[in-house]
Amino acid sequence: MIRVAYFEMTKTAIKTLLSTPATILYPAQPAKKTALSRGHVTIDESRCISCGTCQRKCPSQAIVVSKEAKTWQIDRLRCVVCNSCVDTCPVKCLFMDTQYSSPVIARSVEVIAITYVKPVKPEKKDEASA
Amino acid sequence: MTKQIIVPFGPQHPVLPEPIHLDLVLEDERVVDAIPSIGYIHRGFEKLVEKREYPEYVYIAERTCGICSFIHGATYCQGIEQIMNLDVPERAQYLRVIWSEYSRMHSHLLWMGLFADSFGFENLFMNAFRIRERILDVMEQTTGGRVIQGSCKIGGVRRDISNEKLDEMHRDLDSIEREIRDLTTVFLQDDSIKHRLRNVGRLSKEDAYHLGASGPTARGSGVAIDLRKTGYGAYGKLSFQLVTDSCGDCYGRCAVRAKELFTSIDLIRQATQKIPDGPIDIKVTGVPNGEFFARAEQPRGELVHYIKGNGTKFLVRSRIRTPTLTNIPPLVRMLQGCELADVPVIVLSIDPCISCTER
Repeated sequence: MIRVAYFEMTKTAIKTLLSTPATILYPAQPAKKTALSRGHVTIDESRCISCGTCQRKCPSQAIVVSKEAKTWQIDRLRCVVCNSCVDTCPVKCLFMDTQYSSPVIARSVEVIAITYVKPVKPEKKDEASA
Repeated sequence: MTKQIIVPFGPQHPVLPEPIHLDLVLEDERVVDAIPSIGYIHRGFEKLVEKREYPEYVYIAERTCGICSFIHGATYCQGIEQIMNLDVPERAQYLRVIWSEYSRMHSHLLWMGLFADSFGFENLFMNAFRIRERILDVMEQTTGGRVIQGSCKIGGVRRDISNEKLDEMHRDLDSIEREIRDLTTVFLQDDSIKHRLRNVGRLSKEDAYHLGASGPTARGSGVAIDLRKTGYGAYGKLSFQLVTDSCGDCYGRCAVRAKELFTSIDLIRQATQKIPDGPIDIKVTGVPNGEFFARAEQPRGELVHYIKGNGTKFLVRSRIRTPTLTNIPPLVRMLQGCELADVPVIVLSIDPCISCTER
């Protein structure tokens, strides 16, 4: 008997017809995100010590840290969201947000002023003079 | 003698996901020769190795390809680890196998979709992509990235997968396998597909071997070559059957990829069961001094990363040889003698990844 297998797809088609859609109504329904999703890098400017590690470890050279001007800059279009800066930050002031950065119509650099103030060390009491 | 004419195919063509150009020499409707040319998306990745420190180059190595990205990163890491004599923890090796196999599944499913599209089976294409989405979801849940995982680093991996998540992945594979089985049944049993693919783009076993075909293109012609059988990483501790097909036509290459999906599922199942507890990375100190050819099995075939360091933080040479490059001469042989209307199907049947090839 010759088996005519023209309708192998029918089973899948009927299944698909009876199930809910595989797609979501984006943007009415938010896109799927997981706790680990890499969206864009954010900074807690009050904790950044301007050490420049993120700048050195960035494979796409998207980050520029200026110690003098006390600024942290990022070019969102250069950033490849690899998580390297977040992993290497010694004070853990960089975070990975799960949402993508918003679309832009022109290339620009995001400049963030660093508000960290180095705590003043209490002067040591001169025990000899006391 | 019939007059010969040259018809350009690509670099922009509806079936081509990436730009490759072929000059097809035709006699009437029959292709007598094909002259390939690449070079549309060269990005200078290999030169960049001199400008980036070797641990940061992992991210760049991964971005060589948008489909088999994880395996590129893992192979580069393997090379550096061999030069520096680093002993990668076993758990990290198993995790690399798990992610590599998920990459292979998502790559094969992507290819099956595009292939279905190339012979005009639109809803099969949609179906393949729907299943692929489930694989990508697992990737995103475990690494944070859908196609660029970024979870490999020198000396291990950057992220661990908890044992509960591994169990969940193991359970999910059952339903993924069912869906894939429905999909591959259509590819392998449907008469209209068989009719379209049988005896199209034949490549003999001898030609496949002598022209240097690799991966499913070679295995589809009956050449039993699979780098995973050499047992790199944790593959040596897992058992799997090598999939080959003796047809050597487009159907054979499609069958190999379809059956390899189940091999990957089986490998992930084994790996999730056998994975030992322990650290996922080791501290890396020092700089690479020496050279190494790191090889791995990509979804498309054998990948080679040649790495040379001179005792500084910057490598002197990185050479990436991707499987598509070696599959182009067999492709030219397949095209000789085919009909013009079969060209898109034959080109797609080697799973061309031009971005990889040009780096």
